[in-house]
Amino acid sequence: MINETDDSKEVEDLEIALLLEGMFKRYGYDFRDYSLAHLRRRLRHRMESSLLPDMGAMLHRVLHDRSFFELLLRDLSINVTEMFRDPDIYLRIRTEVVSRLKTYPFVKIWHAGCATGEEVYSMAILLHEEGLLERCQIYATDFNQIALKKAKAGIYALDHIRQFTANYQKSGGRESFSDYYTADDHSVILKNWLKKRIVFADHNLVTDSVFSEMQLVVCRNVLIYFNRDLQNRIFQTFYESLCPGGFLWLGSKESLRLSPLDKHFDPLFPEEKIYKREL
Amino acid sequence: MTRPAKRVPYDAVVIGVSAGGLHALRVILPRLPKNFPVPVVVVQHRGAESDGFFAHYLDQRCLVQVKEAEEKEEAAPGTVYLAPANYHLLLEDDRTFSLTLESRVRFARPSIDVLFESAADVYGAKLIGIILTGANDDGSRGLAAIKKRGGLAVVQSPADAEVDTMPKAALQAAKVDFVLPLAAIGQFLANLYEE
Repeated sequence: MINETDDSKEVEDLEIALLLEGMFKRYGYDFRDYSLAHLRRRLRHRMESSLLPDMGAMLHRVLHDRSFFELLLRDLSINVTEMFRDPDIYLRIRTEVVSRLKTYPFVKIWHAGCATGEEVYSMAILLHEEGLLERCQIYATDFNQIALKKAKAGIYALDHIRQFTANYQKSGGRESFSDYYTADDHSVILKNWLKKRIVFADHNLVTDSVFSEMQLVVCRNVLIYFNRDLQNRIFQTFYESLCPGGFLWLGSKESLRLSPLDKHFDPLFPEEKIYKREL
Repeated sequence: MTRPAKRVPYDAVVIGVSAGGLHALRVILPRLPKNFPVPVVVVQHRGAESDGFFAHYLDQRCLVQVKEAEEKEEAAPGTVYLAPANYHLLLEDDRTFSLTLESRVRFARPSIDVLFESAADVYGAKLIGIILTGANDDGSRGLAAIKKRGGLAVVQSPADAEVDTMPKAALQAAKVDFVLPLAAIGQFLANLYEE
């Protein structure tokens, strides 16, 4: 009995490894260093929903059917986000980090893994209110094209607006939040001028490299899905893409603490996960 | 000073609890000796905004250390880990924790099923799963997964539970090994590892 279950786990793990390898070789998307516990869940979920008997069948399907691959891609990318998520931390950015960013003649900000863009627009609003937006270039990147398209559009479901507004107010917002959007029956449409300093781009953190020297890198709730090796590689990427003394802002449960890159960053606000690259 | 630990029959304990959880954990966890030889991992349903109070409160009342699980941290003996509010908590093969923001599973994040299923993958037959009081059926799938891998299933007696929905659902979903009142569960755990 016990041997049987051990065996089935071993076989499933092997199938998952082959599936990830197949997805990488066939489509160029690399999930091989994602958290295995997370992958198991998402893949089993897809297997059950698509009525497939095992991961081996899923490998076959994904290699032969691009639309199935795209389905799987959606399953594997988690896009849970909101505007001014963790408002207390936005307040800290507003009061402590922006003043430091103001000392640069021009500020480049990279939102790595921006998903559907809510936090990118939050940053644009914050920078606008602090009088810095005109001197900023924001790069918002994600590997998920569907999410990126949504981010570019800047249109969100109306039922989220109360939460967004409450967050905005808690984050130290100075204006009326409704100044930033127009609404119809079911959506809020963010005003176009908020986009003028933002470039949305398809970029895969796992396989693509550094593209500019940044003063601030924002990467929140992306690294939790990666295993330790990949996390460390991404921390290295962030280190290289930041100017000396530049800022790194992680998700509220993410940390550099267990990484060898830790010693190259100063925990400026450790509770808020705001770090400063060494000089 | 400390004697070499006895060979332990189980490598980890996972606990799922919802409505009435603070009281239930307050009864069970103080029973565990300071050198409890395996990690205990708890999902307690609570509000998304909930802070570290819960862990702090229990920590002050227990001999074992009680803390929120951190991402990539290794699950260590003598420690009770609580899932942080608003994240799912999973265990990896190397016995470290992962957090995810995957959607709510049957209305819950953290979800008991998510923790239990991932722990069953990692610990196989060397896992104890415990379902306590609660007003929904989260955890019953997870407990079934633990049984399927040969682990041990314990459920709080419905008659003893503040809210009996969760224990009842678990009893229906899995072939449970022990049905015990709250007061007996802590002692049951402590005894398992006694010399």
